[in-house]
Amino acid sequence: MTEMRMRDAIREAMREEMLRDERVFLMGEDIGAYGGSYACTRGLLDEFGPERVRDTPISESGIVGAGVGAALAGFIPMVEIMTINFSLVALDQIVNNASKLHYMSGGQVNVPLVLRMASGGGSQLGATHSHSLEGMFAHFPGLTVVCPAFPGDAKGLLKRSFREPNPVVFIEHTALYGARGEVPDDPDHLVEFGRAATVRSGKDVTLVGYSGSVHQCYRAADMLAAEHGLTADVIDLRTIRPLDMSSVIRSVRRTNRAVVVEDDWKFGGFAGEIAAQIMERAFDWLDAPVARVAGKDVPMPYNRNLEYAALPSEEDVVEAVLAML
Amino acid sequence: MSVGQAIPTIVGEPPDGDLQQRFLYEMLLIRRFEEKCAEMYTRGKIRGFLHLYTGEEACAVGAINALRADDKIVTHYRDHGHALARGVEANRIMAELFARVGGTNQGRGGSMHIFDVDRNFLGGYAIVAGHMPIAAGLGLAANLSGEDWAALCIFGDGGVGEGEFHEALNLAAIWKLPVVWFCENNGYGMGVPFDDSLANDVYKIAASYQMPSVRIDGMDVLEVYSATQLALAHVREGNGPYFIEALTYRYRGHSMADPELYRTKAEVEEYRKRDAIQRLKRSMTADGLMDEASYEALVAQVDAEVDEAVAYADASPEPGLHTLYDHITKEYEGDSG
Repeated sequence: MTEMRMRDAIREAMREEMLRDERVFLMGEDIGAYGGSYACTRGLLDEFGPERVRDTPISESGIVGAGVGAALAGFIPMVEIMTINFSLVALDQIVNNASKLHYMSGGQVNVPLVLRMASGGGSQLGATHSHSLEGMFAHFPGLTVVCPAFPGDAKGLLKRSFREPNPVVFIEHTALYGARGEVPDDPDHLVEFGRAATVRSGKDVTLVGYSGSVHQCYRAADMLAAEHGLTADVIDLRTIRPLDMSSVIRSVRRTNRAVVVEDDWKFGGFAGEIAAQIMERAFDWLDAPVARVAGKDVPMPYNRNLEYAALPSEEDVVEAVLAML
Repeated sequence: MSVGQAIPTIVGEPPDGDLQQRFLYEMLLIRRFEEKCAEMYTRGKIRGFLHLYTGEEACAVGAINALRADDKIVTHYRDHGHALARGVEANRIMAELFARVGGTNQGRGGSMHIFDVDRNFLGGYAIVAGHMPIAAGLGLAANLSGEDWAALCIFGDGGVGEGEFHEALNLAAIWKLPVVWFCENNGYGMGVPFDDSLANDVYKIAASYQMPSVRIDGMDVLEVYSATQLALAHVREGNGPYFIEALTYRYRGHSMADPELYRTKAEVEEYRKRDAIQRLKRSMTADGLMDEASYEALVAQVDAEVDEAVAYADASPEPGLHTLYDHITKEYEGDSG
């Protein structure tokens, strides 16, 4: 084990996979000399050269499509789309091509493509640069959606993504790039898709999150214990498609209460999917309706106080738990 | 006409009699296949959107015959003709249109999404210009692998207004990718004439991306073949992409649902006088390569093949409902090494 930051764990995963498999290459906006907008590819240009660490024009649709094409021809490309906000410009390639070609072709072709992107608000970047669209990607059959909360998982999940024969949308929360954690040194450390992690155990309520919201759940669990004498299960979904509902259901049947937390908008958001599945599979065990703590339904404001009010907080999670007792 | 970088002047081998015979056969096969599709559509055997290729046969046959077997093709949704020219069996294409398990895609793709990976036919794509970045990625793969195969990307003039056209041409140019961009300019993006949709001629727009760009007669199969040969020689030698704008015309509407309110019957008749099949037949006859009897025999052969395709498609079963979830993702088999 080595303690490292999230961004370093992500870089290490890419580096190891490039050393392991010469079909792997990286491309994206400013991933070369600049080292990536969030410094995840720093140093890789020097180590692997410009053919395998390829700077691209600002053409999100073009470079994602080029990734699809290279994948069809036997390569394993990683395309960095800088931030999830710009993935909206590349949705045609992701949704109409990457996610569907295996099915549409009757299984003749497959698209082993890794799309990395940074997500989340909280940095006063305004409405166009603060999206949390994980749930949108999870909506599309054919995509795998990975949302790590800890550096060790980020490394194992990203390495696993490079070995997946299908497109993976790998989403990194901007607030977590500097977060430290223990990371296994084993170059074959893989974290399987569709397996949630219980990062904290309790008996009074189940808190469900992914990516940044896992940390809100964790802090809320601290507050519940310290201030209210309550203990919580905290479940980190790690991938939201495939989705490990069994772990959630097992927990809810024990705690009888659930709060789902995410940064994305509440209306039509992914938390609603989890709440619905809890209702379908654990209705008789529930002592209260499932609560959702999520982003407010507004374009993200620039003002710091307004932005803070628009995002879910650990206080909101605590409040939701107390309201269901 | 040509603009952009200097156009190479080495002319490829002119097609011999056997090859011309093959061109004629393939163009006739496409023509009769498409006419049969129209009939099958009106009989309810083919559903969904159906875009027919009659009138444009010389583009598919001339361009695709210039390829090697290891070259890769992506194309648009008017794709039956391209698949046939690549040697995909008429049986399997018709079965796909009938949505049967014997189809190229086991009935999961339909008319607009024909795939045959064994022939490096990597798909018909139904979002206009959506396959153009994929072609750039294929070219990138060719360069990264150090092999000298090329990608042929076929699209319509309607694609030129899409952002993905420009992104893909730019990528191919800056990375010197071995992609032949082949624009089938049939004059209309659905029903809007291209003069009303584009600020410049297609081949001039392409030339601004610093690649050789030519406008050719897309209703002359021999010209299409030789232009594509030149283009392939250029891209294989590491010179970067090459652009061909082939002027052509579709005899039928945009799709079977098109009432054709935007053009006159006289206009269609005018283009029919320049028909690529009749044109090749005339020149082959003048060169002593063809007579009326052998032409009639060829038509009969093609018609038999098309009838056989319908019989094959009709006999092929529909996919079972238990296969609904097959092929959403390819199964992960652990470390691929």
